Amino acid sequence: MELLYFGDNGWGDELFIATLMTIAVSITAMLIGFLFALIFTPLKLSKYKILNLIGNFYTTVIRGVPELLVIYLFFFGGSGAVMYVASIFGYFEYIEINAFITGSFAIGIISGAYSTEVFRGAIQSIDKGQFEASKVLGFNKYINFFKVIMPQMLRLALPNLSNVWQITLKDTSLISVTGLVEIMRQSYIAAGSTRDPLLFYSFAAVLYLLLTFISMKFLNRLEKNYSRGF
Amino acid sequence: MDFDLMITSFPKLLSATVITLKLLSASLFFGLFIGLLFAILRLNKNPIINKFAYGYSYVFRGTPLLVQIFIIYFGLGQIEYFRSTFLWVVFKEPYWCAIIAFALNTGAYTSEILRSAFQTIKPGFIEAGKSLGISNKIIFYKIQIPIAIKQSLPAYGNEIILMLKGTSLASTVTLLDLTGVAKYIISTTFKPIEVFIVAGSIYLFLTFLVHNLIKFLEKKYSY
Repeated sequence: MELLYFGDNGWGDELFIATLMTIAVSITAMLIGFLFALIFTPLKLSKYKILNLIGNFYTTVIRGVPELLVIYLFFFGGSGAVMYVASIFGYFEYIEINAFITGSFAIGIISGAYSTEVFRGAIQSIDKGQFEASKVLGFNKYINFFKVIMPQMLRLALPNLSNVWQITLKDTSLISVTGLVEIMRQSYIAAGSTRDPLLFYSFAAVLYLLLTFISMKFLNRLEKNYSRGF
Repeated sequence: MDFDLMITSFPKLLSATVITLKLLSASLFFGLFIGLLFAILRLNKNPIINKFAYGYSYVFRGTPLLVQIFIIYFGLGQIEYFRSTFLWVVFKEPYWCAIIAFALNTGAYTSEILRSAFQTIKPGFIEAGKSLGISNKIIFYKIQIPIAIKQSLPAYGNEIILMLKGTSLASTVTLLDLTGVAKYIISTTFKPIEVFIVAGSIYLFLTFLVHNLIKFLEKKYSY
């Protein structure tokens, strides 16, 4: 048990920092996912078949292929791709991307595919009358989107978004294969050097449970807040 | 784009797919029993029993699958006593450890799917059965189970696809499944995109098959 103490003899402080890293990666990935959703949701809802096709291709491929495979693609292919782009601009040195960026980008793309589906579903389930009413009142596109559609969409999307958050949080454990020191990687290192894998992996499980538990409590309150008046 | 590599790696990846499918079918098979058991426990009126079943599904759904595999594969072997029991024969094989972890994980999700399916059965169906004088056992097997199967099919289809993707984690405990072989080829050739396209297409094809199988079953069980 003293292996979990803070300080030089225990792994408590290392695991605490690793937990912060997991939280940081999850939040970054979630935000990158929102950016992707912002691009691909309009494509999926577009009138044009070709844009629909692009949107559907993204969500189908990412949701049909294992997360680990996507991470390997970014881990092994990431710096190659960046170097290729750099070579166009006349830069030929070796570029190494840090594990945090690769990891959160890979998880971000995955979480983006789920977020896209959530937003699409939410927008589609908004009553058509709302769109028409805001048109009749002469609102321009921005007010229509930000003041009429978005608040309603967020209320509908929140419960599913908290599921996406859970998935994203758990997916970050897979980044450990790239060497980023988050909960899973730190437990792996600790388990290797103390030969006590049972303790450290169980403790990692407890940490993940705590994270999901706390974030669910928080998100439930947020949901209640957004559904005031309904 | 290196098309030769794509062609030469295809048969290797295809033979690794067999292992992926074996892992998937074994874990779904055991997971279904675990799921059914815990769904029934969840519906039990005894608070201790249903809290226990709830705790099980909460823990397995709240932690990453990777942690669960590592605890079972690396963790359990650490217990001296455990190594002397006959169970050790099973738990020293990464293949069985992966299947046990997957089955426990998918069992937790399946129990939730089945529980909600049982709960949404209209009481009228059961009452109708009772008033016809049918025994509780037959009501369960002939009325509740078929309706629950029909209700849970779409969600279970998703779970199969999630589990198919989950089997990729077997590669972290030295198994050479589809993802494991793909990773091996990538790390020896350093051509991630080509291998990703081939391996990804195989996975997509499998999800496509599962998707259509579930659609077919939904049609068959609809009333």
